[in-house]
Amino acid sequence: MATATEPRGPAGLQLSLVNTRTLLDRVLTVLAIGFAAFALFPLFSVLYMLIVRGGHLLSPMLFTELTPGAGMEGGGIGNAVLGTLIVVVLASVFSLPLGILAAIYLAEYAGESRLGTVVRFAGKVLTGMPSILAGVFAYAVIVVTTRSFSAFAGGVAMAILMVPTIMLTGEQALRAVPEKMRLAALGMGASRMETTLRVVLPTALPGILTGVMLALARAMGETAPLLFTALFSDYWFDGKLGAPIASLSVLIYNFSGSPFAHLSELAWAASLVLVVLVLALNVLAQVIIRRPKEF
Amino acid sequence: MITGKEHAQVAQPPTGWQTRADIVFRGVAHLFGAAVVLLLAAIVFEVMRHAGSSMLKHRLGFFSGSVWDANRGQFGIFPEIAGTLYTSFWALLLGGFLGVTLALILSQGFLSRRGELVMKNVVELLAAIPSVVYGLWGIFVLVPLLRPFAAWLNEHWGAFPLFSTRLSGPGVLPASAVLTIMILPTITAVAREALAAVPPRLAAAAYGLGATRWEVIFRVMLPTASGGIFGALVLGLGRAFGETMALAMLAGNAQTFSWSLFSPGNTLAALLANHFPEAGEYEVNALMYAAGVLLVITLTVNILGSLIMMKATAGLKGLR
Amino acid sequence: MHRSDRHLLRALLALLGAVLFLLGCNKGSSGQGAPAASSAAAPAADTTITLQGSGASFPAPLYSRWFREYGTKNPNVRVNYQATGSGAGIKAFTAGQTDFGASDAAMTDDEIKAAQGNVVLLPMTAGHIVLAYNLPDVKDLKLSREAYTGIFLGEITKWNDPKLAKANPSVKLPATDITPINRSDGSGTTFVFTQHLSAVSEKWKAGPGTGKSVTWPAKAAVGGAKNDGVAALIQRTPGSIGYIEFVYAATSNQPVAWLENKAGKFVAPTPEAAAAALAHVELPEDLRAWVTDPTGDDAYPIATYTWVLAKKKYGDKSKSDALKTLLKWCLGDGQKLSNELHFLPLPESVTSRVLKAVDGIE
Repeated sequence: MATATEPRGPAGLQLSLVNTRTLLDRVLTVLAIGFAAFALFPLFSVLYMLIVRGGHLLSPMLFTELTPGAGMEGGGIGNAVLGTLIVVVLASVFSLPLGILAAIYLAEYAGESRLGTVVRFAGKVLTGMPSILAGVFAYAVIVVTTRSFSAFAGGVAMAILMVPTIMLTGEQALRAVPEKMRLAALGMGASRMETTLRVVLPTALPGILTGVMLALARAMGETAPLLFTALFSDYWFDGKLGAPIASLSVLIYNFSGSPFAHLSELAWAASLVLVVLVLALNVLAQVIIRRPKEF
Repeated sequence: MITGKEHAQVAQPPTGWQTRADIVFRGVAHLFGAAVVLLLAAIVFEVMRHAGSSMLKHRLGFFSGSVWDANRGQFGIFPEIAGTLYTSFWALLLGGFLGVTLALILSQGFLSRRGELVMKNVVELLAAIPSVVYGLWGIFVLVPLLRPFAAWLNEHWGAFPLFSTRLSGPGVLPASAVLTIMILPTITAVAREALAAVPPRLAAAAYGLGATRWEVIFRVMLPTASGGIFGALVLGLGRAFGETMALAMLAGNAQTFSWSLFSPGNTLAALLANHFPEAGEYEVNALMYAAGVLLVITLTVNILGSLIMMKATAGLKGLR
Repeated sequence: MHRSDRHLLRALLALLGAVLFLLGCNKGSSGQGAPAASSAAAPAADTTITLQGSGASFPAPLYSRWFREYGTKNPNVRVNYQATGSGAGIKAFTAGQTDFGASDAAMTDDEIKAAQGNVVLLPMTAGHIVLAYNLPDVKDLKLSREAYTGIFLGEITKWNDPKLAKANPSVKLPATDITPINRSDGSGTTFVFTQHLSAVSEKWKAGPGTGKSVTWPAKAAVGGAKNDGVAALIQRTPGSIGYIEFVYAATSNQPVAWLENKAGKFVAPTPEAAAAALAHVELPEDLRAWVTDPTGDDAYPIATYTWVLAKKKYGDKSKSDALKTLLKWCLGDGQKLSNELHFLPLPESVTSRVLKAVDGIE
């Protein structure tokens, strides 16, 4: 607000609430923040619910004990936490190369070509696939042929859910890398491959990581794919990837509906652990891959 | 520091190794791109394998029928198709609006750098919550919360088709609300990336001309990032179509479709989740038929979306 | 190498170390609980036998408790059971993906044929289904056959309907709408409930019929997912009524209705009444028996067995021996745990029949 002693600048640069444009700007900002808070309210509501119902079970014992039977005291979710991590590693091993290389194909080589369009559509249709279909497919292809439920099949089912998101967000991240960086590298004598791997990919890494984290977060929270492939195990992982394995999402599915209070509380605690786990993975990955400065 | 000698080594025509590596890499990239298509084809094949017999038996009656009765062999998915489209529409409308708003807040300098990072992680936390937990939250918290509002709206504005029934529990509104929350992180993250990819000089130029922040947003940022934002919406819609567990608990499993927000309904993915574990052979085939229909719907919507995109961005080429 | 590469490497090494550490912990503490007492007939060799089962979710709490208890006494037998639904359990068992299955609806002749007849059905435990309702001021609601079939048929839509008032003269039933709550997912619970309704009501038999999922005729009907979903809906929907397994009502103190049985008496849904229903049942040769409308004054009308599916012939002697020992334990000491978890112990007459069938497994 200009007083008599302050110099008056050109009219358009003054920040005065009397000015309609500024007023509109302020109002919109307030509205936007209001909507954002509204959008985030469910998150806090859910977290509150989880903490209230399962928070009191958070202790080291939770991670070192096996899942209890109905009506038993004590016990924990250790086998499920370990199992989830193992399946996540498996799924990443399958989905990261496939998703990122497919993204590289779409961003660097496909352009507007026919095959590129088809690949992109395939990715979009795959994102719309119900998670249960991924489980059913992995069941039909792997469990039936190996005649056994296995962690391996679970990893495949999870990877199927992850690949489309990684590919599509990866493509966007790669496309966002300014053309001039590619041209500069090529101009210096780098081959296509070197340009892509040494220049474009590292620059796009934060964006690709966003996609990976989104895919991972979703996959870790889905029950159906693992229910038909990895089943569950009440015991610690014994090194056999060809046998059923515990996981947090199936545990939550099993226990959350239990009429026995202790088990349903474990389910809430497991949900909390899962959310924190994803957050930790997220933060860890962001720490490892810092966003480069803007040009 | 690159010495003069190294300069000469760097800027030279590609070596034989480099050329061969390039060809291999190109081939590998094509291969993996094709692999994604093959994956979809394999899934479609698997679905069709089971759906085939059901398709022959039920043909088009499947689409108009409203009865799902495994004992009598009657299968119809009209309520589910309508339910999927209806709930996803609301989720996209609300989720798209909120998602883009959040993306704007995360990228247009409303918050400090650190604040943006924290908020970004907070939003991504929404994606970390398991589907089952959303379903439970919907039943324990959301439905009781909505009940008084729904009752009031039904009483006073019951004539309006959107409010024409009572809210007895799960239904379109809780399902759409939870769907909105679940697709929010996807839309926000992808839209944010799109907005962050807009060259800063465009915004700087606009600010330099005296535009307010929201003027820059509406006239520069959103139009430039529109392609990416649209992509975000399409991804979000796809996710909404496929959401399984939460909707199995919140859609209400009624073989009816009503425009009322408060009536129970059903979606294709929820139908699959609810019936698949106990399904016998005939029912599995019918369920696979329904799954095939869902895939076709997703494909159709994506094609429409791309056509719209092409028309809309025809004039925006060359901005970079 | 670049600094960020070093960070990445360090983080990965740390993660690897953590995973290895956890794995190391497991090897040291496998088979938690009491040291293995000299247990009868447990395989003496060092090798662990793993038995994998899947199927019905109704008996899952009891089975999980059984297998944990059995595991502490016999640390070299690992038994895993996952509730996937009776249908999926039968499919997995038939395809050889699991060692045993479990089903609330036994197996149909077609399903047995698909398994090439290499299956023996073993009733392991039993339970009953109750009608829970949400009417704040009404205790011990009594529902006649006409009443509860009418409610689910959608013919009785208000709580103060004369047909309901007839059986509840001392209670003032409100004028609220009735919201019948059913299962939205296919389930053995629905199968048993609708089977009973078909047995007591011609209209139901001709209408929705019996099935793991049926078309519910009531206009106001709402579906909940799984037992807990239905229970939660009932708790939160005033004026609602739905069918759930007894254990869900018992652990949450949900008001449940007294039902009229075949003898015309109104019976409270206690475990004793349900056990009375099962006591009169004649088990046929293949042990598939349904108690759709039990006789007896004190019998509760909706009770059922639940079966474990085992092969008649296993290719692997150590596996079949381990399974037989396990099943015998479940039929013996295991039955003592039933009441604690709100299941029904098998009557003596049934247990002896099942034990004989278990002996026949190779």
